[in-house]
Amino acid sequence: MGQTLAEKILQKHTDQEITEAGQIVQCRVSMVLANDVTAPLAIKSFKAMGAKKVFDQNKIALVCDHFTPNKDIDSAEQVKGVREFAEEMGVTHYYECGDVGVEHALLPEKGIVGPGDVVIGADSHTCTYGGLGAFATGMGSTDIGAAMALGETWFKVPSTIKVNITGTPKEHVSAKDFVLNQIGQLGVSGALYKALEYSGEVVDNMSIEGRMTIANMAIEAGGKVGLFSVDQKTLDYAATAGFSGGEAMTPDADAVYERVLNIDVTDMEPQIACPHLPDNVKPVDETAGVRIHQAVIGSCTNGRIEDLRVAAAILKGRKVDPKVRCIILPATPAIWKACMREGLMEIFMDAGCIVGPPTCGPCLGGHMGILAGGEVSIATTNRNFRGRMGSLKSEVYLSNPAVAAASAIAGEIINPAKL
Amino acid sequence: MKVTGTAHKVGDHIDTDAIIPARFLVTTDSKILGDNCMAGLEADWVKRVKKNDVLVGGENFGCGSSREHAPISILGAGIPVVLAKNFARIFYRNGFNMGLVLLELGDDIDKIKDTDQIEVDTATGEVKNITTGTTIKAAAVPPFMQKILDVGGLVEYVREKLA
Repeated sequence: MGQTLAEKILQKHTDQEITEAGQIVQCRVSMVLANDVTAPLAIKSFKAMGAKKVFDQNKIALVCDHFTPNKDIDSAEQVKGVREFAEEMGVTHYYECGDVGVEHALLPEKGIVGPGDVVIGADSHTCTYGGLGAFATGMGSTDIGAAMALGETWFKVPSTIKVNITGTPKEHVSAKDFVLNQIGQLGVSGALYKALEYSGEVVDNMSIEGRMTIANMAIEAGGKVGLFSVDQKTLDYAATAGFSGGEAMTPDADAVYERVLNIDVTDMEPQIACPHLPDNVKPVDETAGVRIHQAVIGSCTNGRIEDLRVAAAILKGRKVDPKVRCIILPATPAIWKACMREGLMEIFMDAGCIVGPPTCGPCLGGHMGILAGGEVSIATTNRNFRGRMGSLKSEVYLSNPAVAAASAIAGEIINPAKL
Repeated sequence: MKVTGTAHKVGDHIDTDAIIPARFLVTTDSKILGDNCMAGLEADWVKRVKKNDVLVGGENFGCGSSREHAPISILGAGIPVVLAKNFARIFYRNGFNMGLVLLELGDDIDKIKDTDQIEVDTATGEVKNITTGTTIKAAAVPPFMQKILDVGGLVEYVREKLA
């Protein structure tokens, strides 16, 4: 019987024969990740397990990105603990200072994760690496502590929903819109415990960055992973990043899927996830006119150079509404530098944006853009749960970077085509 | 273990930001996390909870982030058991790893109302609604996870493996 992408990747990392979805398998892991919020608990568990050393100091990544640059004394103490652990264990992939970026933008860019890998991270958006053809999923800190010690973890082999994306997208409609539309159709628990696997001409023609945007939001439909085939584009991206290994991979023609969802994007308008769940999705025109106080352009979903180029193209020669904070957070130092080199920084500053350091910051209501009661933000981030970005009385609308930039200029949610 | 307490009902899709908002993620202290349990749902929600009360969720309980602070916060509030229609994947694993008992009741979850008196037998998965006199049987814990529970949780499981 044919295998899905999820089954194929897991099979390479286990000695057990994978025969069906639902099976429990013990898998070797290629990379184990934690951040400044989750590593402290993982380290606590690691020590409670009696572990004395990590299974492989080159296969642990500790990225302090959520509250960094440290927002207060408590977060500084947490980072200090993570740093001391990294030093004690000789962890090579430790990031905190001028080299730190948002973890799920940073690790692919540095070639630390790549096609065919099994990656687990104490962060729910670890699924981002599915864009590179890696079986990557989020777990809690204790599972991560265990994997740091053992170099393996257990998985239930997921059943798979195939998402086939076809058609020709309109201007200002991109990867974020496809995935929001899909979450709207499936619901926030529609892919619970399952893998999502993407195919179709739109996906074939899409950049690796776009694929990572889609894979990133697999969890917002409850999914375990969001997987893309490995093609020449993936291999080129991985090679440029310095990743060693990786080979082309497609699902078998006779692989078994639980369901196939077809999405034709030809007539799709930019999509908005309205408060307070990512599946409350509407075409932008239905939300047009909602006043905003803040626009956040960044995060592991849409903080890569491609996203910032889109935002800059809209902002160029225009001014952000004086009552709107337009916060731009390039996701890694390399992306920051590319923004400078390509002249995007000048555009952002001339437009009246606030450009910050790479950080998760406002996405999770951490710092650098917290909302007061009654305030509304449009954001290129991934979650709009009640209170996610600040007050329980604030609201977050999720969009693509073009809509966020256009709305910052208009002071209200607007279709960029109508700016 | 038998747990008897008051049911505290919350809705569908209770996310981990509702269980414990990000501003509390600067600590791993279970007392502080417990004192702020459900602060993202309602200020001072936790004040209604007495030790051994039972949290009753709906569909997809614990969706969102991987923060283990969420099950720690529930345990820290004195709640040893969560009943729900079903659970989000990462939360489900985290709960087990932390020793929080999670039972899936499917549509039978509607047979429990807020403030009902509940008795849960964690060994058999039997949930007695003392207020209404009905008994519900939870879905069985997957055998592999039961094995981890039997040795006392993931920390003990790994400790034995490393020994």
